[in-house]
Amino acid sequence: MAKQLIKGNTAVAEAALRAGLEGYFGYPITPQTELLEHLSARMPELGRPFVQAESELGAINMVYGAACTGKRVMTSSSSPGVSLMMEGLSYIAGTEVPMVLVDVVRGGPGLGNIAPAQGDYNQIVHGGGHGDYHMIVLAPASVQEAVDLTALAFDLAEKYRTITCIMMDGSIGQMMEPAELPPMQPLRTEIPDWAVRGAKNGDKRVLTSINLDPPAQEVMNLRLMKRWQEIEANEVRYKGYFLEDAEYVVVGFGTAGRIALSAVRAAREEGIKIGLLRPITVAPFPIDVLDELTEKVKAFLVVEMNAGQMFEDVRLVVRGRKPVEFFGRMGGVVPFPDEVLTEIHRLVGTPQTTEGSPRDRWLARLAETIG
Amino acid sequence: MTLAEVPTRIVYSRPEVLDKRVTHYCPGCTHGVAHRLVAEVLEEMGEVENAIGVASVGCSVFIYNYFNIDFVEAAHGRAPAMATGIKRLLPDRTVFTYQGDGDLASIGMGEIVGAASRGEKITVIFLNNANYGMTGGQMAPTTLPGQKTTSSPYGKDAARFGKPFRIEDAYSGFDMGYLARGALVGAANINRAKKMIRKAFEKHMDNQGLCYVELLSPCPTNWNLAPLKAKDFLLEEMTKHFPLGEFKGGDAK
Ligand SMILES: Cc1ncc(C[n+]2csc(CCOP(=O)(O)OP(=O)(O)O)c2C)c(N)n1
Ligand code: SF4
Repeated sequence: MAKQLIKGNTAVAEAALRAGLEGYFGYPITPQTELLEHLSARMPELGRPFVQAESELGAINMVYGAACTGKRVMTSSSSPGVSLMMEGLSYIAGTEVPMVLVDVVRGGPGLGNIAPAQGDYNQIVHGGGHGDYHMIVLAPASVQEAVDLTALAFDLAEKYRTITCIMMDGSIGQMMEPAELPPMQPLRTEIPDWAVRGAKNGDKRVLTSINLDPPAQEVMNLRLMKRWQEIEANEVRYKGYFLEDAEYVVVGFGTAGRIALSAVRAAREEGIKIGLLRPITVAPFPIDVLDELTEKVKAFLVVEMNAGQMFEDVRLVVRGRKPVEFFGRMGGVVPFPDEVLTEIHRLVGTPQTTEGSPRDRWLARLAETIG
Repeated sequence: MTLAEVPTRIVYSRPEVLDKRVTHYCPGCTHGVAHRLVAEVLEEMGEVENAIGVASVGCSVFIYNYFNIDFVEAAHGRAPAMATGIKRLLPDRTVFTYQGDGDLASIGMGEIVGAASRGEKITVIFLNNANYGMTGGQMAPTTLPGQKTTSSPYGKDAARFGKPFRIEDAYSGFDMGYLARGALVGAANINRAKKMIRKAFEKHMDNQGLCYVELLSPCPTNWNLAPLKAKDFLLEEMTKHFPLGEFKGGDAK
């Protein structure tokens, strides 16, 4: 199929539809709305359920019910809406039913703004809902990658009976880029054994997340954690750029990773031996590759569009063995490649330390630039 | 005719769809009566294998332990949204929610209004016992003026906490398939309530929109009344604020 110029939100909606999406439930919020709008036209065309819910709370619980039927279902939203979904996400995780969530992240906290940001990392990756659960989190850096990850998101959700979140910054959702869409897939015909459908011959199924007996609930928690270990062992995805001979490595995901790549390329042209590690699965986090790099490189620079949320995960892997510096812009401000290049120059050109607080140092530098 | 020759007739037996087990409800509670009526109706309509229930958060949270049908368990108040998701994906199934008044009329007001305004083709069984049973009898939007609860120890002050929430007033503008209120005390009321439930399921399966039956139910434990006194309170006090009858889709109109 040929490439077409298409907006990220529309592309993901169409890719989901072509991956066999059987039910969509959502609520309007910028910068995600085109996704809902596209499906409001396409789903009925194909005779598939589309509901604009009364709220994100309604939407996520509709998805919850729909997921219990074992069908391919999803919702999409942006940060404030995703905050409202946290209750449902925890229930869905606790019931072990698969679903896909698309979070087109915007500037916060609060109502914030509609500009691209990465401030949802903590609430998505480290669980904004109550209890111990994990979602698989995919972070695309281009419209094409978002399209390619969409079918994967469903496959992973169903394989592990878990939630997969495609966490894309507002810029990926809003940007138009050439992308190739996948061909239309037929709808799945088999119903998973656990799905509710109506109990024939008294063979009933109950899907619930309540378990009043703590030891039994612990067994359930253990099952979730073991499944997560399996996901960690098998589903890590990342992209490395110029890592072979790199003495310094920038770590960034999504749009921040893409911007950092421009800066890394410019630095390479100057002869700086620097590479980029761009996690595609921010959960499970690419621990092994980062660990190997820690042995090889002199220092890391983490670049994000938040105040250093993934930064903490990087530090947990590096464990003080090498300096890890941080550069971020917040509140919907997207960094320029030049700013990242300046940070690279500082990383390479001045002595780095594992002592003190990299975040304090970054905030001090940021205060100088933005006053 | 000897006694052995007198023809026998079964006048009551446990609906097969109900599991043979003792419920966890308090003596004098009518959650169990409501379960039985729903079970009888599903059985009589031949809908047992086609039904999917959505349980809510409240004393009836374990309703699925008593029914031999498929069930899901919703978050507090969200049952109508979950039922929406199921019904949209499986439109030929009988999908119903079973909710308490804290669940439906307080925390879940958004979800029930959303489902009603969309005309979602589900049945809602709403058990109104004028308080939050499971958490120990706190005030609900359905609590009567002056009624003492564990969070209205001086009696509910309607000026500050509102009048009892009445669905027929609140939802008068919605296109609903059926809207009725019955009571679960006294044989006549119970028989009438069953007819309401049956009508709701029939209209629901006839795709007439959201069908809703409210059932007034005593909560002797939290009302601090013996079961018989609780029954009197329901009939004498509760029905003053919650009139029984059909408000939409009934035969009268
Ligand atoms: C989000 C959330 N808030 C509060 C609770 C605590 N809670 C459990 S049951 C309940 C009240 C249920 O009352 P009602 O719906 O009237 O049902 P009843 O127990 O009276 O049958 C509350 C507040 C909860 N489980 N979840
Ligand atoms: S607390 Fe009230 S509603 Fe709950 S089981 Fe007891 S009597 Fe029934």
